Amino acid sequence: MKTEHSRAEMIKEISGVNPLKCMKCGKCSASCPSYNEMDIKPHQFVSYVINEDIESLVKSKSLWKCLSCFACVERCPRDVKPGKLIDAARQIVVRERGKNYLLADDIPELIDPDTPQQLLVSALRRYRR
Amino acid sequence: MQRIGVFVCHCGTNIAATVDVKKVVEMALHEPGVVHAEDYAYMCSEAGQELIHKAIKEKHLTGLVVCSCSPRMHETTFRNAAEKAGLNPYMVEIANIREHCSWIHKDIEEATEKAVILMRAAVAKVNLDAPLKPGESRVTKRALVIGGGIAGIQTALDIAEAGYPVDIVEKTPSIGGRMSQLDKTFPTLDCSSCILTPKMGEVNAHPLINIYTYSEVESVSGFVGDFTVEIRKKARSVDMNKCTGCGVCQEKCPSKKTPSEFNRGLNTRSAIYTPFAQAVPNVPVIDRDACIKFKTGKCGICSKVCQAGAIDYDQIDEIVTEKYGAIVVATGFDMIKLDKYDEYAYSQSKDVITSLELERIMNAAGPTGGHLERLSDGKAPKEMVFIQCVGSRCADNRGKSYCSKICCMYTAKHAMLIRDKYPDTNVTVFYIDVRTPGKNFDEFYRRAVEDYGVNYIKGQVGKVIPQPNGKLLVQGADLLDNKQILKEADMVVLAAAIEPNPDVRKIATMLTASIDTNNFLTEAHAKLRPVESPTAGIFLSGVCQGPKDIPETVSQAGAAAVKAIGLLAKDKLLTNPCTAHSDELLCNGCSQCANVCPYGAITYEDKEVNDHGVRETRRIAVVNDALCQGCGACTVTCPSGAMDLQGFSNRQILAEVDAICR
Repeated sequence: MKTEHSRAEMIKEISGVNPLKCMKCGKCSASCPSYNEMDIKPHQFVSYVINEDIESLVKSKSLWKCLSCFACVERCPRDVKPGKLIDAARQIVVRERGKNYLLADDIPELIDPDTPQQLLVSALRRYRR
Repeated sequence: MQRIGVFVCHCGTNIAATVDVKKVVEMALHEPGVVHAEDYAYMCSEAGQELIHKAIKEKHLTGLVVCSCSPRMHETTFRNAAEKAGLNPYMVEIANIREHCSWIHKDIEEATEKAVILMRAAVAKVNLDAPLKPGESRVTKRALVIGGGIAGIQTALDIAEAGYPVDIVEKTPSIGGRMSQLDKTFPTLDCSSCILTPKMGEVNAHPLINIYTYSEVESVSGFVGDFTVEIRKKARSVDMNKCTGCGVCQEKCPSKKTPSEFNRGLNTRSAIYTPFAQAVPNVPVIDRDACIKFKTGKCGICSKVCQAGAIDYDQIDEIVTEKYGAIVVATGFDMIKLDKYDEYAYSQSKDVITSLELERIMNAAGPTGGHLERLSDGKAPKEMVFIQCVGSRCADNRGKSYCSKICCMYTAKHAMLIRDKYPDTNVTVFYIDVRTPGKNFDEFYRRAVEDYGVNYIKGQVGKVIPQPNGKLLVQGADLLDNKQILKEADMVVLAAAIEPNPDVRKIATMLTASIDTNNFLTEAHAKLRPVESPTAGIFLSGVCQGPKDIPETVSQAGAAAVKAIGLLAKDKLLTNPCTAHSDELLCNGCSQCANVCPYGAITYEDKEVNDHGVRETRRIAVVNDALCQGCGACTVTCPSGAMDLQGFSNRQILAEVDAICR
């Protein structure tokens, strides 16, 4: 089990996000279609990473309620992009489980070529738990 | 051989805490040419300067090295001290052992070593210093103000009141600028045109102020005290001397479909027009792109109805050339374009407007006659939503990185005015922070909340969705109550970021005035020289330098005027003797120096030279001393080593490098 600090660092690394850039405007929470389903709200993801409380984040309902619609990523004025943070938190869960349900080589045959890559990757992270 | 004195400053503990000053003194005495070295707590103080004076006299010093702070701080102080003791001021070199050494290092041993090296380099330079004498240039006692908004108006008035003639160049047909578009002003809620119009009248009537409206600066040459400026007076198609300003031409003009610039495109104007009723001068212009006469050759109605016979379709652009001693830039601002903010539905709904558009709607002379109404159906709004920071404080590539500064206050003003005039209209403001630093500013904002019941919600709006019933669904966040809000609004007002007038880039290039990444003009020093451009003779007034409100703009306009007056009051200026010059025998006339010179100081002449007994005519670079600012770009560009800078000669710089590497 990794320390909270190293998990927080990992989230920053995977997402490429610097949570300190956040100015707490709340545009992410204002944009989120799953807001009411979430226990930790999109704008709070940032402070959970800053405060290195990753355990709460990975245990939250929000982790799997995020639709990966990327409205928050698109509209964030500070380039913080909470959607990317939550996506990275999901990856951490998946990596800790250490299993692959599909082999990488199997994937190309299964997908529609018109599907956006980003959607595909996020969907895989979400639904293969 | 020089007789050099080295003076090492402690700067209290600023230097002495990190650099062993005694060691620097000791090492200095081993340097070639150094006959005297000492240290003192504050070299810049009277007592410190007295030490320098005494040493120059007693030890017959011919050159000085002062190891102290940045030359930006005290080079002039020590040069003056040297001059008083009879030394040429250009025989003084500063070794910057504070900003470049003690402030940035922690280890005493390392910092001391670096301080010694910096001292050594300065000694090497002084050894090759030669006395320099500044030249003189004359000062044309006339100022140019670019931009006729409140900043330009105030600067022009203040300069003219000191007795110097001023010309204002304004691009649009009237002076007045953004302030003339505003309805009321914070924090006193007095009417904008009521306080601006008298100033416009004053400028117009002032015997020392000449206004060029519908004109643009075409080119600028020269230097501080002696600028030559070409001004393009665009063809107005109306004779300024004959027109009485009766306005009949505008009434009768059949082409009335051009969006009104003054009313931000919310209504239309005629092809012959004055932007607004109080325009100065009150003389219309013909917009030739919209005029039927100019487009088809038929019409000419304005000419027929003009009793004064002022219409002149044959007028052409005129270029006026004038000399100025000082130039003040007051080019102002505009709102950013909102095409990158589709989520707010600005382009989808007429009822989503910018704050400046709301000013026009609230104004009695505006498109709705001052009635607050929806532009889509003319109905009075019952729910209004204001969104703050649209395009301000952004770290993405859509908006501006800075805070636009005025939006918090004008939004509080709008909210208050609406609640006052239409008490049954609810006003909600979505904010990130409310920033109200200013005299009576926070009280003003609190009044909006406490006395007028404006609903402030901490949180940004994510999306505005136009509804089939004509309403606007606003999806926002309330971060304090931790909930998402869906609100039906009748109108949405966006506090769009402000940005410098797009033309300022062109003007800054003509003036060789520096500009930052946001297109704001850079000041010579952020704290101590905020109204001067680093380019001598260029001064900054108003929002062209950074976001500000009206009281700040007026203060800065006055400050810029004082700086310009200080220049104009001089009969002659001393020029910087550290200028470039080319060696006729080495120059091969390649033009590379002229290409890199940012001041246009280098020209080419065919000169007869005597190269070791061979007489021939060669094309040779010639530097105009008055234009050269001594930047040194030419000296490093010159492939043949012909260009050299006085006071910073190639030999001196190499000697410094040698001393550092020794």
